[in-house]
Amino acid sequence: MNMNMGAAAVQTSTMPRPTGAPAASQTPAMPRQAGAAFTEAKTEAADAELVFDINKLNLHYGSFHGLKDVSIRIERNKIMALIGPSGCGKSTFLRTLNRMNDLIPYVSIDGLVCFDGKDIYGRNYDVTDLRKKVGMVFQKPNPFPKTVFDNITYGPKIHGKKNRKQLDEIVERTLKEVALWDEVKDRLHKPALGLSGGQQQRLCIARCLAVEPEVILMDEPTSALDPVATLKIEELMDGLREKYTIIIVTHNMQQAGRISNETAFFLHGEIVEIGDTETIFSTPTNKKTEEYITGRFG
Amino acid sequence: MNRKLGDISFYGIVLILSLATLAILIVIIAYVMRQGLPHISWEFLSQSPEHMGREGGILPIIVGTVFVTLLALAIATPIGVGAAVFFAEYSKEGRVVQVIRTFTEVLAGIPSIIFGLFGFAFFVVFMQMGWSILSGGLSLSLMILPTIIRSTEESLKTVPLSYREGSLSLGATKWETTVKVVLPCCRKGILTGLILGIGRAVGETAVLYLTIGGSIRIPTSLFDPARTMSMHMYMMTAEGISREKSFATAALLIVIILIVNSIANFISNRMKGAQ
Ligand SMILES: Nc1ncnc2c1ncn2[C@@H]1O[C@H](COP(=O)(O)OP(=O)(O)OP(=O)(O)O)[C@@H](O)[C@H]1O
Ligand SMILES: [Mg+2]
Repeated sequence: MNMNMGAAAVQTSTMPRPTGAPAASQTPAMPRQAGAAFTEAKTEAADAELVFDINKLNLHYGSFHGLKDVSIRIERNKIMALIGPSGCGKSTFLRTLNRMNDLIPYVSIDGLVCFDGKDIYGRNYDVTDLRKKVGMVFQKPNPFPKTVFDNITYGPKIHGKKNRKQLDEIVERTLKEVALWDEVKDRLHKPALGLSGGQQQRLCIARCLAVEPEVILMDEPTSALDPVATLKIEELMDGLREKYTIIIVTHNMQQAGRISNETAFFLHGEIVEIGDTETIFSTPTNKKTEEYITGRFG
Repeated sequence: MNRKLGDISFYGIVLILSLATLAILIVIIAYVMRQGLPHISWEFLSQSPEHMGREGGILPIIVGTVFVTLLALAIATPIGVGAAVFFAEYSKEGRVVQVIRTFTEVLAGIPSIIFGLFGFAFFVVFMQMGWSILSGGLSLSLMILPTIIRSTEESLKTVPLSYREGSLSLGATKWETTVKVVLPCCRKGILTGLILGIGRAVGETAVLYLTIGGSIRIPTSLFDPARTMSMHMYMMTAEGISREKSFATAALLIVIILIVNSIANFISNRMKGAQ
């Protein structure tokens, strides 16, 4: 599995191009090497609480260039929205952050993806530990064909929590956090697949929270849900902001506007514009961004 | 119009053929039952054969059948499920896997007497296990292995990627994902494989004829020779010993297979409920 990742540590020596107006405030000094990344990122972390620091990330599906020179810095306890037309690489980008693309054998990755100051594609990086800290909620709700209780305790059990009382607490806490407790407290030991779509998605978020991640990646988490369920999840995300960092892919401009602090606009595998959500939505600097946001293409 | 006519006549032919198949099956079963059931009695079930099987019951033979089938399953299930997991989850479609896979497919098509010959030469003679339940069970397990591998592999393939992704995204390793999420989804498929395996094992004569001996005494250890029901039928008939006992055994075997299948159906329906 590590085969394709060896290349990740190699950095080219060109300076990074700022990709959008707000991103221009990035410090120009970029780590050149995986080895140096750790120390440099540490010193840089002083100015802002960076969770992810991504530099000139390139990804290929075989010969198809899926992500081109993507650089983003993501701060703690913020919600970052990724928008862009279908096929522009939002999911691909999201899946590089918890190394989900490792599952696809013909993917190769180049560039630097630092999480908490460490290159996640570096040698000996513990992928299971990364995925424990960087949780993911998928587009289609995917609860396991187990009970509600077993779904939530699946992660904690794997990470060594066996105590029944402790597990009960986790179940109650996370279900309350996603506002599902009242709806399912009487059917904790019933199959999770019997829940409605919106309930299933909230269960998946609870399952993700149960392993106490730092970051939650969400790939169009509400696209399969009706407006009411969507609203519930948006409210929930607003609350989660205090404890977690959220990176969310969405096709819904209003949603991006409502919930996110920062927005990145992707097009053909590149970041065209990135910055403060309000700024991007009110005064986008790039013409393509404006066209997309106002619904003229995409 | 013409196309519609064609459709109807095709439907008619298919219907007739399937009814014919069903009818033949019913006739066979009914015939065996009529010949056999009247001779099944408590004595038949609880006594040992006498006078080479002309008189008495078939208790040791029932015991032998159960023993050797269970042994074959106990050997073939872990190996078969393990191999299927390896093929479906771990192997990259490389040269070695290709060869092993082809090998298993060929294994599935080999006439059972060849397993018998192999079992005789290897287990009975070379490994010096003699004619015994152990030799028979091992040979039989080789024969049902492909069935178990294939049905497990098929059901592994039906497990949605989203379950695996969900598990991995929580920080589970691939192994944990396989054991705790993927395999439990396959319980039904694995069970189906086992039932098919039992069916083949219980009905098998040729493999056992050459490996298990044929003793009509109750086996008490793995190293004892034994006789299975299908073997018993073969001997009763081929050696002209007793037609009645042969049919009685056949009827009993059909009943047993029906019971095993119903139990399996019951369990697999219960499993569906649990999901
Ligand atoms: N497994 C894969 N193999 C090859 N190409 C892929 C694979 N997954 C995605 N791609 C390609 O990479 C590009 C980006 O895909 P991605 O799924 O990241 O888009 P997206 O922005 O998430 O789109 P959507 O909004 O429709 O979900 C697309 O052109 C797609 O065809
Ligand atoms: Mg996508």
